[in-house]
Amino acid sequence: MSVTVRLPGALGAATGGETKLSASGATLADVIADIERRHPGFASRVLDEHGAIRAYVNVYIGDEDARARGGAGAKVPDGSEIMVIPAMAGGR
Amino acid sequence: MPQLSVALVRDRVRGTILERIGDTPLVPLKRVAAGLRGEVWAKLESANPGGSVKDRPGLWMVIDAEESGRLVGGRLVLDATSGNTGVALAMVCAVRRHPLELCMPDKVSLERKRIARAFGAQVVLTDPLAGTDGAIREAQRRAAADPERYVYVDQYANPANRLAHELGTGPEIWAQTGGRVTHFVAGVGTSGTVMGVSAALRPKGVRIVAVQPNDALHGIEGWKHLPTAIRPPLWDERAADEHRVMGTDEAIAMTKRLAREEGIFSGVSGGAAVAAAIAVAREEAGRIVVLIADGGERYLSTPLWE
Repeated sequence: MSVTVRLPGALGAATGGETKLSASGATLADVIADIERRHPGFASRVLDEHGAIRAYVNVYIGDEDARARGGAGAKVPDGSEIMVIPAMAGGR
Repeated sequence: MPQLSVALVRDRVRGTILERIGDTPLVPLKRVAAGLRGEVWAKLESANPGGSVKDRPGLWMVIDAEESGRLVGGRLVLDATSGNTGVALAMVCAVRRHPLELCMPDKVSLERKRIARAFGAQVVLTDPLAGTDGAIREAQRRAAADPERYVYVDQYANPANRLAHELGTGPEIWAQTGGRVTHFVAGVGTSGTVMGVSAALRPKGVRIVAVQPNDALHGIEGWKHLPTAIRPPLWDERAADEHRVMGTDEAIAMTKRLAREEGIFSGVSGGAAVAAAIAVAREEAGRIVVLIADGGERYLSTPLWE
């Protein structure tokens, strides 16, 4: 499955400044692992030590919250857009 | 800027719920901060009627706009916020009968958007990937495009934000501790709290400790990772004697301990600030006051309490 992953500027440093990446994988965890191969250290920014989505990160597959679709194990349809965003934002 | 004072602000809102903003409790943390060189006391800003520290600048910024004659003819109050300031402004504007428009990043925690709307505010959702800085840019764009329509209060640059803490929060802490406060610890978001309390208490010898997240991608709501964010015009790092950083995981762990051991249901920024205050208390003796900005109820839709 080929997908597009969009990242906040805050994560750009982990991907060499790229905030829009192409990646592949059948599940969200596969997609993150694919990006990790190219940008070591990326996965730990999004997933915790148990492989779950970090409490302060939200991941959307299309318009749907990945947590509602099984978290890191969520299936990613071919061509979908994945958004990784901070669950909370700086400066009230 | 007109001469705002505690007496003037109180006078303008006498007999309304807004009169209850401020004079929040100060309580000792006897368990999570036990056995340290310093004692840690928490200022519980969730006790404000709008549920957060932002009631203070929300009230002062609106009264300032009224006093300066800018809020006339049904002009819209406008600001960018990820939440608590939005709720505070919405509550204040409901009482003061001003229409309000808020730019907020889409897909951040739901509660505050819904509460702001409940008070009658219009919410403009901005690009979630651009975060709070994206909301700030959208508010700036709207204000510049139609300056007659909007009064952009701009919490990041508004001196009334700092003044609410210089004349309110700071002197309250001084009075509540009988002048025995030695340190003040708070996170930096707009920096209004740190700047204002510093102006009030530093001349009295209180050490000011400013804390920020240790990473650009963090989960400490309301705090800014200053090296990577739009710099708040209010901010001047020289106002703090000490700068510390805090990680989200440590902040979350302390937030949970505050609930279970102290009975304080706090937002993550409160846990972050308390963890920083405890680090100070390990190293230094004294009466350390830490500001807990809001309560945990605002985050029930996030995975934190699942």
